[in-house]
Amino acid sequence: MTAEVKDRSAEAAKASVDAERAGKHRGRARPASGFDRMATAVVIAFGLLWLVPLLWALNTSFKPEEETTRLPLTWAIENPTLDAYLGVINSTDIVLWYGNSLFVSVMVSTLSVLVASMAAFALSRVPMAGKRFIFGAILLGIMIPSQALIVPLFQEMQVLGLLGTYWAVILPQVPAAVGVFVFKQFFDGLPAALFESAQADGAGWLRMWATIAMPLSRPAISAVAIFTFVWSWNALLWPLLTLNDSQLMTVTVGLATVQGEFGVAYAQIMASAILGALPLLAVFLAFQRQIVQGIANTGIK
Amino acid sequence: MTILRSAAVQRRPAARRTARANTVRGLLLLAPFLVLYLTFVGVPAAYGVWLSFTDSGLMGGGLGDWVGWGNYAEVLSNPQFWGSVRNTLWFLLLTTPPAVILALILAVLTNRMRRGRWFPRVAFFAPYVMPVSVLALVWTWVYSPALGLLTNISEALFGSSPAWLSDPQWAMPSIAIASIWGSLGFTFVLYTAGLQEIPTELYDAATVDGASGWQQTWFVTLPLLRRTTLLVTMLELIGALKVFDQIYLLTGGGPNFATRSVVGFIFDYGFTSYRVGFASAASLILFVFVLVLSAAWFATSRRLSKEDGS
Repeated sequence: MTAEVKDRSAEAAKASVDAERAGKHRGRARPASGFDRMATAVVIAFGLLWLVPLLWALNTSFKPEEETTRLPLTWAIENPTLDAYLGVINSTDIVLWYGNSLFVSVMVSTLSVLVASMAAFALSRVPMAGKRFIFGAILLGIMIPSQALIVPLFQEMQVLGLLGTYWAVILPQVPAAVGVFVFKQFFDGLPAALFESAQADGAGWLRMWATIAMPLSRPAISAVAIFTFVWSWNALLWPLLTLNDSQLMTVTVGLATVQGEFGVAYAQIMASAILGALPLLAVFLAFQRQIVQGIANTGIK
Repeated sequence: MTILRSAAVQRRPAARRTARANTVRGLLLLAPFLVLYLTFVGVPAAYGVWLSFTDSGLMGGGLGDWVGWGNYAEVLSNPQFWGSVRNTLWFLLLTTPPAVILALILAVLTNRMRRGRWFPRVAFFAPYVMPVSVLALVWTWVYSPALGLLTNISEALFGSSPAWLSDPQWAMPSIAIASIWGSLGFTFVLYTAGLQEIPTELYDAATVDGASGWQQTWFVTLPLLRRTTLLVTMLELIGALKVFDQIYLLTGGGPNFATRSVVGFIFDYGFTSYRVGFASAASLILFVFVLVLSAAWFATSRRLSKEDGS
């Protein structure tokens, strides 16, 4: 089917060149058709629909508590207030949770990038024995659902005495097999001549990794760093099991406990939800292009 | 003369020595990753396999007695386990097809937009970067009885509203809606990326041939998105088999276990009833499911790339 399309496209491409010569071809500036306009309308309608739950949460968070329970529901707010936000900041450890999440996620993403890129560099560039076997074993790890490991991993952490510390949360997330995969694909694409000449100059593998491969790998670094950061920020099950002390919790775990704490204080619950969503939302808006490109580069190939 | 001769003779052992040195250096570069990987993936995986053949408990002194295939037999004959399998498959059915189809349609339509493509990207992807606990707080509020936004909309439109999360019939569909809301952005972006790989000349050519927007979408875009569709379907299926977080937060597996997934079952037995051996056996059964699916994916995608290559 695809081959057919290719054949037809070759023909069509020739036709389009002919048309261009004839001065009839309008190129990329093709005018918006009725289909395009319909598409735009549908997409915008769905986009707005997708934002409704978030906007409703935002709306609720600015209401005084007594307005949140008024029926019929209304988007209008009589006395908009930040009380709910102040309440959350004063009555929970959310500020601590931000710090904890930041620490955990920065550690996970930094260490992941370092160890995964070094491993991938060895697998991609160093002529060594047993490469295929090692790479295969790492790829197998992508298929193991982390949920299938929680029970034995919990016991292992207990034996190691790491339960209730950040290391119990950080260390298991560092060896992300996907990271090795992404870096290896990237390194495989770098020209071999770069490394041959460096080797002729007497550079060791570690130095080539640090001074040649890594500086050229910004897209791979940002993809792996951003994704491990987001995954670790949003991880629930494992940190929930290992961190019981509220002072140590990450934002994701902490927020999972607030529902019970606030009871029927809906404005405060929604304020805590908004506060929980803000940091990554800001990161996303700032790095939109890199994130989308990162998914494109890593997910497809 | 001696020098010349030794150079010729020693080339092979020297090459072998370099090869060995390279292997050692390669392993040194691999070491940080491999040590962490073996400690936190390899060891627990092997230990989990061993546990699944024992009657170990989580706290009291740990290691239990060897019980052979006993745990597996017990898991496979446990109606609650099959209930959780049924719930997981129901969740899979409610999320994967709608999410893939919706993301495909929206990405294709977005690709026809002349301006403002950032808007759908932000709107669909924003829920994906939120912690799952935020998703749960927001949707608990939207679904809440009496005061919930959706409850009130449904009452206005149909005169009554289901008790979303507390009705055994509606709980799973409600969780599925919230899940699709949260994950659509990722699938959408994968499709957007797949669309960018289609050369614009194809569309220009199709326009010249007189193909309408519908025809271009049907005959050019969709066939070329086949590989992306395979990938996102796989990711969705595997994700659905492992579902736990949003269910745990929205319903806790209730009402009356109507929404408890396989991972929820493992969690309950491993960490509430402390039946570690039993829970490990259930984990391995889940792993086999995921492995079979992944293998099917590798086989299909290899076949597809062969077809594309010929």
